Amino acid sequence: MDNQAKTEAGNQSLSDWFKSVWHVIAIPLAAVLLALVIGAILLIVSGANPIEAYAALIEGSFGTMKAFGRTLAKATPLIFSGLAVALAFKAGLFNIGAQGQLLLGALVSAAAGFLIKGLPPFLHVTLALLAGAIAGALFGAIPGALKAYTGASEVITTIMLNYVAINITDYLADGPLKDISGGNIVARTPAILDSARIPSIGEIPVGFFLAIIVSIIVWFTLWRTTTGFEIRTVGLSPHAAKYSGMRVAFTVILTMVISGFLAGIGGSIETLGIVGRYQPGFNTGLGFDGITIALLGKTHPFGIIPAAILIGAMKAGASTMQFNAGVAKEITDVIQALMLFFVTADMIIRKMLRTKDGGGEKITLSGWGQK
Amino acid sequence: MQTTTSLPAPVSPWKRFIKRWGVTIFITLSVVGVTIWQYAVDARVTEAVLASTIRQSTPLVLGALCGLLGERSAVINIGIEGQMLLGAFVGFLVNVWTGNLLVAVFASILTGALMGLLLAYMSVTLKMDQIIGGTVINILALGLTGYFYQVGLTTQGKLQPISLGPLADIPILGPAIFNNPPITYATFVLVIVVHYVLFYTKWGLRTRAVGEHPRAADTLGVNVFKIRYVNVIAGGAIAGLAGGFLTLEAVGSFERAMTNGRGFVALAVMLFGKYTPLGAWGAALLFGFANAMQTQLQFADIKVAHQFIGMLPYVLTIVILSGFVGRTRIPAADGIPYEKE
Repeated sequence: MDNQAKTEAGNQSLSDWFKSVWHVIAIPLAAVLLALVIGAILLIVSGANPIEAYAALIEGSFGTMKAFGRTLAKATPLIFSGLAVALAFKAGLFNIGAQGQLLLGALVSAAAGFLIKGLPPFLHVTLALLAGAIAGALFGAIPGALKAYTGASEVITTIMLNYVAINITDYLADGPLKDISGGNIVARTPAILDSARIPSIGEIPVGFFLAIIVSIIVWFTLWRTTTGFEIRTVGLSPHAAKYSGMRVAFTVILTMVISGFLAGIGGSIETLGIVGRYQPGFNTGLGFDGITIALLGKTHPFGIIPAAILIGAMKAGASTMQFNAGVAKEITDVIQALMLFFVTADMIIRKMLRTKDGGGEKITLSGWGQK
Repeated sequence: MQTTTSLPAPVSPWKRFIKRWGVTIFITLSVVGVTIWQYAVDARVTEAVLASTIRQSTPLVLGALCGLLGERSAVINIGIEGQMLLGAFVGFLVNVWTGNLLVAVFASILTGALMGLLLAYMSVTLKMDQIIGGTVINILALGLTGYFYQVGLTTQGKLQPISLGPLADIPILGPAIFNNPPITYATFVLVIVVHYVLFYTKWGLRTRAVGEHPRAADTLGVNVFKIRYVNVIAGGAIAGLAGGFLTLEAVGSFERAMTNGRGFVALAVMLFGKYTPLGAWGAALLFGFANAMQTQLQFADIKVAHQFIGMLPYVLTIVILSGFVGRTRIPAADGIPYEKE
């Protein structure tokens, strides 16, 4: 009798759990499917075979163990840029500058990777990662401080800082930090030392595990610490935060610093784990993808991991698709934009699925010039 | 411009004048000073700088007009960049197919208007967060233009300058102002038209009312949704024209991501111009001038890495934004979707 009640209660909570999970993932899932369908229509219109294209896309991303490893490798920096954007969203800030923070992180970690010599591998990797992360954090502090003290919208300042970051990194990679060995004329830094390389276990890059750990830390910080509570309160209502005695300006700056820190790690991992040096043009778009990923993942650290794997898979499979099916890989950008549209315009999907909005907190961004 | 709330003590009119116009006068005087000094040194360079000022400012002022039409009716448009880019691309493609420049310009405008419609649908009907809505447009434009772009296409000709006879012979200013291609002239006209519409017509009054207090406007029988839709679509059309300017008038071909942040700089121009078309024009000219001088600096044998000169416009945008946004009065309902009761 007692036992039966227990199992019934267990079943009840289990089905409740499934229901709540379904509420959260229904809309992103539908958004992804709708985007893929419209992408297919676009492919047909432009004279390609969508089944062939998507098959090649899947084969190139999950088809073999090697392909899967490539997907995870592509997903790793994306998890970080997704976390960076999502964390800023929680404080009502739109960090479009994850791209610039990521670039500086990539460059600085490359510099630390080839300039510092004679360190044991573990220490060297840690140091190079931290250097890149701190570069990103400092670059993120600028729009944070401007927002907090002058009210300048972080949306525009971060976009402008992206261009500044491109110029700074281009200058360094083509000037003081340029690789001049063997008559190289391409703008790039020398390769990092072996001691600074992040290894792989089999096909799976170690950076991916780090990304999972950092996601857990971000989740813990946001929902289990006072700082996280302050960040979320500032996002939900800056006025309420102010009148309950929270330091709003400080929280805004801190959020942007952490956000830049995360984006910086993303860039560093790309440099230390994949590219092996800094070369302009190799990290394009990783920061912008963070926006799509953060929203697809409902700005929740644990939602961001699958979202990043999905976008990473599209990146990993894109060249196979281009090679096997002759479809330009930019179609994945279009599909991404459509995903972003449908996941944000969830009203459309909710009407189609007839579900109520149960998923996650609503994102409200502060508009122009509010302090 | 600013509705004065009850002031504690009357400020002397002289001080008020300085407070209101001081920055504008200072900037104008210094630009004029630099120009005259330069004209004395080398007249040819001056004419080149002024012509380049106008050229550089055109897409910025058009983008700013797009932005302020939207925001005066309380829709933030952060997708100007994408609207420009798609306008540039479609105009370019249509020109490659038809060989007709006029049709191509209209294709640009239409594309921009369609993107405006999409933004209006997202922000007015779906009540999406407007900043994310604009970002959707930007990413979509990057993806679509990247996907359909083929290397090696060029337009069949560019829009050529039309000289306005004797006016073009006026020293210093003549060649820069009265010897321009059509879209540049259209920009001069548009600035005046938008200014007139916003401040001297019923439509403009309603637009501003919707931007400040939509509920009150609604109560008085103004159709808030319609006002927002029309303004955002018109803005999109203007941004599309800016795109057409880039491919059909300035460059003559298309490159990936060729707008290069101009849509965002236009937003700074709009803020700097305090949400007025004439102010935006002045701000755009200032940006254009800074850019033109930067090009001259690159020609001159100055030992600064070109990347540092290249980042000047973006740094300038940040400085202006952080210095001026606090002093600009933003439409009260800006960015807030309207819910009918």
